[in-house]
Amino acid sequence: MFNRDRWREIFETIGKNKLRTFLSGFTVALGIFIFIILFGLGNGLKNTFQEFFLDDASNAIFLYPGRTSMPYKGFKAKRRIEFENEDLEDIKRNFSMFTEYITPRISRSVLTSYKNESNTYTTRAIAPGHQFVEKTILMKGRYINQMDLDKKTKSAVIGRLVAKDLFKSEDPIGKYVNLGSAVFKVVGVFQDDGGDNEERYIYIPYTTRQLMEKGNDKIDQIIVTFPKELGHAGALAFENSLKKYFKDKKSIDPRDPNGIYIQNITDDLKQSQQFAVVLQLIVSFVGLGTLIAGIIGISNIMVFVVKERTKELGIRKALGATPRSVIQMILQESVFITAISGYTGLFLGILVLKNIGLTLEEYFIKNPFIDFGTAFMATVVLIIFGAIAGYIPAKRASSIKPIVALRDE
Amino acid sequence: MGASSLHVLKGINFEVEEGELVAIMGSSGSGKSTLLNILGMLDGLDKGEYILDEVPIKDLNETKAAKYRNKFLGFVFQSFNLINYKSALENVSLPLYYQGIPRKERQILAIDYLDRVGLKAWSTHLPSELSGGQKQRVAIARAMASRPKVLLADEPTGALDTKTSYEVMDLIQKINEEGKTILVVTHEPDIAQMCKRIVQLKDGIIIEDKKIDQVLASEYVQ
Repeated sequence: MFNRDRWREIFETIGKNKLRTFLSGFTVALGIFIFIILFGLGNGLKNTFQEFFLDDASNAIFLYPGRTSMPYKGFKAKRRIEFENEDLEDIKRNFSMFTEYITPRISRSVLTSYKNESNTYTTRAIAPGHQFVEKTILMKGRYINQMDLDKKTKSAVIGRLVAKDLFKSEDPIGKYVNLGSAVFKVVGVFQDDGGDNEERYIYIPYTTRQLMEKGNDKIDQIIVTFPKELGHAGALAFENSLKKYFKDKKSIDPRDPNGIYIQNITDDLKQSQQFAVVLQLIVSFVGLGTLIAGIIGISNIMVFVVKERTKELGIRKALGATPRSVIQMILQESVFITAISGYTGLFLGILVLKNIGLTLEEYFIKNPFIDFGTAFMATVVLIIFGAIAGYIPAKRASSIKPIVALRDE
Repeated sequence: MGASSLHVLKGINFEVEEGELVAIMGSSGSGKSTLLNILGMLDGLDKGEYILDEVPIKDLNETKAAKYRNKFLGFVFQSFNLINYKSALENVSLPLYYQGIPRKERQILAIDYLDRVGLKAWSTHLPSELSGGQKQRVAIARAMASRPKVLLADEPTGALDTKTSYEVMDLIQKINEEGKTILVVTHEPDIAQMCKRIVQLKDGIIIEDKKIDQVLASEYVQ
């Protein structure tokens, strides 16, 4: 195999049959190239999907108050339900087994300004647990903490884009921003994989928000996360008992579909994950299809190449080439060409993916990539099949009597 | 072929001594090419025996046949059968490659043989850049390069004009003078007359086998 003389013979053959070499090499390179591009784009689509649907914690339950639609226990219908701080404590106390983090969320749109820059952002008044609900990633500084809640401090954690809009290149940490009529100190900057909108929020302690709103204790919504070990069924049971508990506590008719809404992300998650599986299947199918097309392409070329060389092989045999050396020559040549061109296609594909990666985000293709292992394996598969495809006609050609091959004129 | 039920050769018994130059003649279908192919181990025989240099040639698989061909035989074909993408030098050194001779040595030997057929200056040319006579001389050089015991020529002048034919025969005669055993299949009487012995075949049997006075091709050249 590592006979220097044989390699030289092969290089000579390759060098002097450029069209043939180009054809077979091109088929392989193109096959791998398209495989990598399609697979990468498919992965990009999957990434976008994951970002859209799987950004938040998958083990969260959202509770929203609404208006009742049925009279109950002497209350009229259309009564407005509200959550209060006490409800948070009740959940903690009664469902301590099931809760991991719990946080209120009070959203307000506020005109925010720093020096000459101003813009309207949504502030979310929250507790520290919110960081885990949204999977917020801190870039600088810190998140809202328990001390902020206790002392009702005017601390703010701003999104990356808020920092970019208002502070430009300045470091926002420790600076003071106007949120409406109040002045808040920026204590942290965060980023979020959920996209640009997620990075335009400002987080403040919920106790501070309540203080600013005349010292009330109202809460817009409550978000609870549960331990993942609970599983889908456990989460549903938890959701049901939460619903039952709050309907009872807020005096809502158990049959009333309104009054309180509970959104359990695990439901969505299950659907989303099924969708993701389907997407993955499609991506794999496309990849496999391309690979098979590539294998068929290289097989055709190999059959053609051996056919074209029948006479040459006959001459070689008449001059003393053994069948073994004929097969070896054809295989070594084809494996060499497919390997070189396969890896050329591989690196070209990866290069193109890298370069177009960022420009395709608006077409819902984010960060298209192919992991190197998959790409490498695909190339190896193509080389192996190229070799098999070459072996069969080579074997046949090598066993033809030279006189038959020579007569082929 | 071996599986064919057609009887082409129907009892041929003859012996060739070392250093002979034998013409095998006959009209088409007389079995002369089949005989040569059997002698060249390009084809198998159904019955009988073939002894080459005291080695019985039988039960050949393709690998063994290839080795024997490489060691014992050199071929010259009517259609030259040079590899068209290889230069004259590379064509001549190919049998040496299959003998496992190192590259440098191969090239020296190949140049030497090309020189002997008068084509040293053409060593880098491709077959397509050579005339018919030159191609056949390259083919002869290639057949000689492996230093075979026997040179088998199947209609070596079949594709050449008379003048070129005589030049090629002149070369073959010179090689024969150096002691090489040569068998030439031909249907041209003038070519046959340039050999030392004529074996006449008809319908698969030898109808005549005679030694003749050789006509020297060099008399006709120039």
